[in-house]
Amino acid sequence: MDTITFTAIVFAGSIGAGLLGSLTGLGGGVVIVPLLTVALGVDVHYAIGASLVSVIATSSGAAAAYLKEGFTNMRIGIFLEVATTAGAVLGASLATHLPGRAIEVVFGVVLLASVFLTLRLREPDAVAGADGGLGQRLRLDGEYPTPDGSVHYVPRRIPLGFGIMTGAGALSGLLGIGSGAVKVLALDQAMRLPFKVSTTTSNFMIGVTAAASAGIYLHRGFIQPGLAMPVMLGVLAGSLVGARLLVVSRTRALRVAFAAAILALGLEMIVSGLHL
Amino acid sequence: MNGPGPTTRTTDDALEGVMSRILRVGVTAAALLVAAGGVVYLLRVGELSPHYGTFGAAARSSRDPATIVRDAFRGQPTAIIELGLVVLVLTPVSRVVFALLAFLRLRDRLYVVFSAVVLTVLVFSLTGHSL
Repeated sequence: MDTITFTAIVFAGSIGAGLLGSLTGLGGGVVIVPLLTVALGVDVHYAIGASLVSVIATSSGAAAAYLKEGFTNMRIGIFLEVATTAGAVLGASLATHLPGRAIEVVFGVVLLASVFLTLRLREPDAVAGADGGLGQRLRLDGEYPTPDGSVHYVPRRIPLGFGIMTGAGALSGLLGIGSGAVKVLALDQAMRLPFKVSTTTSNFMIGVTAAASAGIYLHRGFIQPGLAMPVMLGVLAGSLVGARLLVVSRTRALRVAFAAAILALGLEMIVSGLHL
Repeated sequence: MNGPGPTTRTTDDALEGVMSRILRVGVTAAALLVAAGGVVYLLRVGELSPHYGTFGAAARSSRDPATIVRDAFRGQPTAIIELGLVVLVLTPVSRVVFALLAFLRLRDRLYVVFSAVVLTVLVFSLTGHSL
């Protein structure tokens, strides 16, 4: 097919990916790579390159908005970026050594795991408590606004959170995704942060993490301008629309439907990667 | 040791405000460049079929920043897009640089160290190193 048709299809698909990603909270990356590889026969290296670009764009745009709301904990983000960027370089380096099929299989498995992550019940928010020694010493404690005034919190189990973040970074670098779900997991479950602090701080870290992989991707030719262009612009557009719709459509039924779509994509990728 | 340390909450808010603006300006500039390059790209390359099916089949770019800028100013579409992509990747990097400089000025030694480590990893990756 000619370039214009291909670009139009990719652009349209990317808008859908951005929409789906922002409504499920998983991000455009997890949808873009399967879309490009399974539906359009794009090699997985080019797909993760284009996906990573879109991840930087959407997360940076969202972070710009969230930073102003006052939930993002900049210091936790900067501290944990030490872990995520190191992991990202590890993951991206791995991506340059692994065969494409292996990346596809890993990607499919991660998609299936993401479905599980988004559907599980969340434990209640951590209450501001005493013991958070390391958190206090590193000045990672913070406050977030509520209708009744500021609530203070301090992160726990910081070494565990740090470790999980390295893994999140590695996944981001290997698969060209944001790993927002894993980051939220670490902040929310391991470090016991208030949920909105977790989601916004996770988002804050995604761009820098992805940038750490981007250098390696660029030098290895993973990022193709003709492909990255419609993907970046489409996912950006889709995410912006999705963010507006999110306020209106929070029903569980919708989330289940989207989770089913991601599940299908995950299975497709594993099948494709294993040449079944 | 408890207590707020060198960086107070109101300073944090100010830093977050500037970082927000850096990110927004960066993404907007990058998107405009990529879109502009995209339009020129489609007008010129419309007929050829893309080669993304096999890794290695698509053309490799020069990856040299000076060449990219020069070609972009000459109106070469892929260079314009690539320039936009470089601006995009440099946007979170700029955020880290800004944080580092801010913490230096605030004499917040601990966060200077954290920011410096992150920046080192970023530069390592951006200059083509990997493991």
